[in-house]
Amino acid sequence: MTRVTLDAVGPGATVQDMGRRGFVAQGLSRGGAADRLALLEAAALVGGEIGAALELAGGRTRLTGDAPLRVALTGAPMRAQSGGRALTWNAVHWIEAGDTLTLDGHGHGVWSYVSFGGGIAGAPRLGSLSAHLTAGIGAMLAPGETLEIGADRGDAVNRVLDVADRFSGGELSLLPSAHTALFDAETRARFAATVFTRSPRSSRQGTRLDHDGPVFATAGQLSLISEIVTPGDIQMAGDGTPYLLGPECQTTGGYPRIGAIAPMDLPRALQCPPGATLRFRFDGIDAALARHKDEAAQLADLRRRVRPLVRDPRDMDDLGSYQLISGVTAGRPDQEEPA
Amino acid sequence: MLVTFADRLDDAANRAALTFRAAIDAQGWEGVEETASSLASAYVAFDPVALAPDMLAERLRELLGQVDLVDPPLPAGRRLWTVPVCFEGEHAPQLDDAAAAAGLSRRRAIDELCARPLRALALGFAPGQAYLGQLPEHWNIPRQSDLTPRVPQGAVVVAVRQAIIFATSAPTGWRQVGHTRFAPFRPDDPAAPIPFTPGDEIRFAPVSVDEYDRLAGPDGGATCEVLE
Repeated sequence: MTRVTLDAVGPGATVQDMGRRGFVAQGLSRGGAADRLALLEAAALVGGEIGAALELAGGRTRLTGDAPLRVALTGAPMRAQSGGRALTWNAVHWIEAGDTLTLDGHGHGVWSYVSFGGGIAGAPRLGSLSAHLTAGIGAMLAPGETLEIGADRGDAVNRVLDVADRFSGGELSLLPSAHTALFDAETRARFAATVFTRSPRSSRQGTRLDHDGPVFATAGQLSLISEIVTPGDIQMAGDGTPYLLGPECQTTGGYPRIGAIAPMDLPRALQCPPGATLRFRFDGIDAALARHKDEAAQLADLRRRVRPLVRDPRDMDDLGSYQLISGVTAGRPDQEEPA
Repeated sequence: MLVTFADRLDDAANRAALTFRAAIDAQGWEGVEETASSLASAYVAFDPVALAPDMLAERLRELLGQVDLVDPPLPAGRRLWTVPVCFEGEHAPQLDDAAAAAGLSRRRAIDELCARPLRALALGFAPGQAYLGQLPEHWNIPRQSDLTPRVPQGAVVVAVRQAIIFATSAPTGWRQVGHTRFAPFRPDDPAAPIPFTPGDEIRFAPVSVDEYDRLAGPDGGATCEVLE
């Protein structure tokens, strides 16, 4: 079996797949990749089933395989290079045995994914390989650890997806949920008119949203019965500060929730980097349904959109050695990725 | 989608939630991804492409008319657990406090906690962690205003007419009155990672410190039988 050694690994890195369904009644939330779309993109690039991937939250990660690897890079873009060449993001690459893949986050988005042909292997727990840090399943990865990679039955490399920017915040569709009506019309209108800044205080469990102005309280804030909560809910903590619930949120909570982010907008919500801004637009369920696609349909779309990767001259760090025009070299170091 | 039977903790509403969730499960509707029950609601996670929201709402309304929710027999297949708990010494640091708040002697408090099975009203906060109730009205004691920085896994804590066996070590405002070796969450056990399910009945059986020390996790001497 192929082994990948993590020579260095950024903070908050874990193994993630699509998580666990069926345990909400017993207190375990779904968990899984924070940006589920990134795993669908990886599956489209690599081919085959959706596999378990390395989820990175920025910083620097360096990894080396003891056999050749097919590696798909999706989610929050990082600077990626191997064997002296810069690697295109949202693409699948071939990496030779012993060559080191180096990844550096640069604050565009939050969650990045390294997926492997064959997927990360292991013994599933409660039906998944995902670490669920809040529940105490698995742990963050540490330098020196190794990952086992399953047998790779595919051969696609040098393929790329054109991906719309979902890594810098923006406006999100918010659907009404069980507590929305507990907020009076004035408070809801103020919420929809407020620009929120994504706080650095964040984990896979939830992310605080900062704003100027009064908090968003309900009348019965402290006497609500504990009720089911799900990833994407916007919950007001005891002091009325909004939190965006993440994949490892608790399954029940007693704080009021002003709404739930439409599933199609959840990747962009969770990828909003610290300091970037988010706004919310209250939508009816019909508006959200009109653009909703289930994950199988999204994956089918992505598979159709994969195209061959043509080397972009800007990514060619050996550009100076090409004789582009007789007598002239077109070295533009300011646009080259650092090697 | 959520079907709510009360806006506060209420035994009849909890029975209705348990019963209605079981009724939903029995339908086997295409597009339902997951169901759950909370203290007073039944919850349905669904794929809106396979099952349109208004269609699901319509079916739920129809089902509400078909199920006896006034005095429902609880779903079959629930289990009765007997869980040994030590209510002595360092295992019960706040038993005297809690007993006083309930207006009881220490002895009487233990007797009442173990007198009859408590129902797993809902699970939450941590995987496998059951909210057990309801205790008699005089156990409606408030949470502490100051959190206990950390109670151990297996701590038995009480507040607001309920008891909890802590699934993890965590801070809490509830008072620790006992300790069990029973582990409510076992991620490495593929057969039964989460023993409790909503609706199960859990009866505490008092054991001495010596008996507690001889018990081993993760079952901690607990036994279980299926209720008819």
